[in-house]
Amino acid sequence: MIRDITIGQYYPTDSVIHRLDPRVKLASTMLFLISLFLTESIVGYVFAGAALLAVIRISRIPFKYIVRGLKAVVILLFISVSFNLFLTPGEEIFRLGFLKVTREGLRTALYMAVRLIYLIIGSSLMTLTTTPNQLTDGLEKSLGFLNKVHVPVHEIAMMMSIALRFIPILIEETDKIMKAQMARGADFDTGNLMQRARAMVPILVPLFISAFRRAADLAQAMEARCYHGGAGRTKLKPLRYERRDYIAYLLVALYLVVMVVTRWL
Amino acid sequence: MSIKAEGLTYIYQAGTAMESYAVRDISFETKDGEFIGLIGHTGSGKSTLIQQLNGLIKPTSGKIYYNGEDIHSEGYDMKRLRQRVGLVFQYPEYQLFETDVLTDVKFGPKNMGMSDIEAEEAAKRALKLVGIGEDFYKRSPFELSGGQKRRAAIAGVLAMDPEVLILDEPAAGLDPLGKTEILETIARLHRERNNTIIMVSHSMEDVAEYADRIMVLDDGKLVYFDSPKEVFRHYEELEKMGLSAPQITYLMGDLKKRGLQVDDSVGTVAEACREILRLWKEKEEKSAE
Amino acid sequence: MKIIDAVHVFFDYMRKDENDKIEEISPALSDMNLEIEKGSFVCVLGHNGSGKSTFAKMVNGLLLPREGSVYVADMDTADDELLIKIRETAGMVFQNPDNQIIGNIVEEDVAFGPENIGVPTAEIRDRVDEALEAVNMTKYKDRSPGKLSGGQKQRVAIAGVMAMKPECIILDEPTAMLDPKGRKDVIRTVRELNKRDGITIVLITHYMEEAVDADRVVVMDGGRVVMDGTPREIFSRVEELKALRLDVPQITELAYELRKAGMPVPCGILRKEELEEVIMELLFEGDKGSCDSTDTDGTEPDLGTDGTEPDLGTDRPEQDLDTDREDKSEGACQ
Repeated sequence: MIRDITIGQYYPTDSVIHRLDPRVKLASTMLFLISLFLTESIVGYVFAGAALLAVIRISRIPFKYIVRGLKAVVILLFISVSFNLFLTPGEEIFRLGFLKVTREGLRTALYMAVRLIYLIIGSSLMTLTTTPNQLTDGLEKSLGFLNKVHVPVHEIAMMMSIALRFIPILIEETDKIMKAQMARGADFDTGNLMQRARAMVPILVPLFISAFRRAADLAQAMEARCYHGGAGRTKLKPLRYERRDYIAYLLVALYLVVMVVTRWL
Repeated sequence: MSIKAEGLTYIYQAGTAMESYAVRDISFETKDGEFIGLIGHTGSGKSTLIQQLNGLIKPTSGKIYYNGEDIHSEGYDMKRLRQRVGLVFQYPEYQLFETDVLTDVKFGPKNMGMSDIEAEEAAKRALKLVGIGEDFYKRSPFELSGGQKRRAAIAGVLAMDPEVLILDEPAAGLDPLGKTEILETIARLHRERNNTIIMVSHSMEDVAEYADRIMVLDDGKLVYFDSPKEVFRHYEELEKMGLSAPQITYLMGDLKKRGLQVDDSVGTVAEACREILRLWKEKEEKSAE
Repeated sequence: MKIIDAVHVFFDYMRKDENDKIEEISPALSDMNLEIEKGSFVCVLGHNGSGKSTFAKMVNGLLLPREGSVYVADMDTADDELLIKIRETAGMVFQNPDNQIIGNIVEEDVAFGPENIGVPTAEIRDRVDEALEAVNMTKYKDRSPGKLSGGQKQRVAIAGVMAMKPECIILDEPTAMLDPKGRKDVIRTVRELNKRDGITIVLITHYMEEAVDADRVVVMDGGRVVMDGTPREIFSRVEELKALRLDVPQITELAYELRKAGMPVPCGILRKEELEEVIMELLFEGDKGSCDSTDTDGTEPDLGTDGTEPDLGTDRPEQDLDTDREDKSEGACQ
């Protein structure tokens, strides 16, 4: 199941979206998320959806792949939709036992669902088209001004990038350790809360030890490759705005204008 | 004590565009007390197969019988199966977690419901089997050498007294000394306790030395399941699968091609030595006449 | 010209308790001396704890000698100022492929080294492309390292070192965690770098087969060099190697067993083809005595006495295991 989460994974295809400057993608994603809360009209949502679809098409990521990513958050979606559906007061349409569904509830639930889906697709689109390294580069550069107030931006970005690299490795490792302990009769599914927490010890101890060992190894490997902090570092792919990035900003601005206008439609 | 597999198939991410077969339609039956070598390159489905054998992975289709009982039938005692079919994962030392060796080895038996005293006895027996002496019982597992850690981890499975022991590359990453010790320990276990053993290995040389029968997996399919001699006879096909027979087998194959009357299916130094010396003696005798 | 020079190097690992008091000292290197010629392919063998890895880390300046010095291209590793330059000159590849790849995309990982030493962007691009080409991984440059096989990951790690334009690469058991195919690919890559680009290679390994094609084999034990010579010289000394708890390649072992059983097989045979020729000659075509390979004539009688030397391994605790195996094979040969 863990493998199904597409947020945070990179999907390599060669598209304009992939080649955009990560700063553009970061800003656009932020603005897109904000725009979802600007509009209240169906036209607005249709327009946002169309924009999203267009970006997916341009990015050449299979639509199916993106939809599969939604599976992982289906429960979250279900809970928030039901809350809105059943708990919004207003004009009653029908009743399911003690639960009553109102016109307003239906409307907010629907909007909520659409917003959430857009939100998830929008942000996963960013991670699918941007390598974690570019993303951290983008953040490092966008937040570079914080350096002046002594925030170690480079170090934080490096840590994020390494974390992203090791998350899949550690997930796989957890799976392996869990199975190995199950082969020794460990039981993770029964017992009360206390027992279950105790049952985690045989997983967590080896996992921590392994994580520390990997950290030590990695630190050594980085040192061996002349890493000595952010000072004097150059980049294989330095961030530089190209014409396409300005065009993208322009398009995003246009999109925002339309979204704002739809408020009054 | 036999494992019987019928049409085992496992598909990753079934029903999606990324679906892929890990194991396809594998059927076999093990014999009592047999030493089986399981060979296949990375991604050939070895790991998936062995995890199916003790119920850690449920096959997409197909059946597994242990002693004639379907292990995925209603109400089958999975815990009991895992006790009887012990599985030692690759790099098993990475599962050690207790503060001392003895307590760690007791983990399995205790999970199987043994009392503390029983578990301790089982653990001590297992540690003795793998050659870890009493002075190590109270040491932290993390203070042991690589080879010792590995043996302690194997003891963790042995302590459950399994009838079948499956080991996934037990010698991986060890130095020659550690490797020989582990393999000799396994061979001795096999001799002394007559366990059925399934050993996954990349090394044809090791498998040739110890196995009664060799199972060769390629791309999820069971290609050969036969005595080492019969399997090594196909050394050219093995090569195509990205596997190689022992160096010795190639030598013997070439010698045969050049007209020497040697058995080209041997895989160990001792066998090859015997074959060549036989011819040498014959020739000596002839020239003496 | 020598690229690496270790002079009377001593090093200890120390274990300290909570109060920083030394609990245990275990010597890792004691009076290690080793010179490595520029452009050579040197294989370092030795069991765990023999000091091989410690030595590797010394060359890269990751560890510093307690006593003695290590020079890389005449630069003293103890000189802090030179450290970056030393690491650029002598790159290092480690055992675990997962724990040395930093980047989330292959080419970004390869760029990591040059980025650290401040190579201009355009040049990094060239270096990365060249390095990936050199290890034959160009078509994977946009992949995520997690999706590669172990052998491919190790080749990426080698490319990462190559991108720093090193003169020397030290590989610390790079194949220990790989399958046979990955192992072959890595070794082939390393050999190519040595032959084609003249990179000095120091390959630390447990797999004796990998040592067969080296220019020189160095065997370590107890923190110092105990054997040093061409593969043929080293693998002629089967008994000594066994006493050091090391294997010999199967072919060499067969040749040795045959000789022990009385066949006039020259010693130090390394390759299948050689043994094949020898056997064909002895059994088929010529008569006895036609064996005129000059390089082995001198060593053969030596070996005879070596082979029967009884006290070589007696003080070793794990001896019975060894003799067990030997008895078996001896028995089989008679």
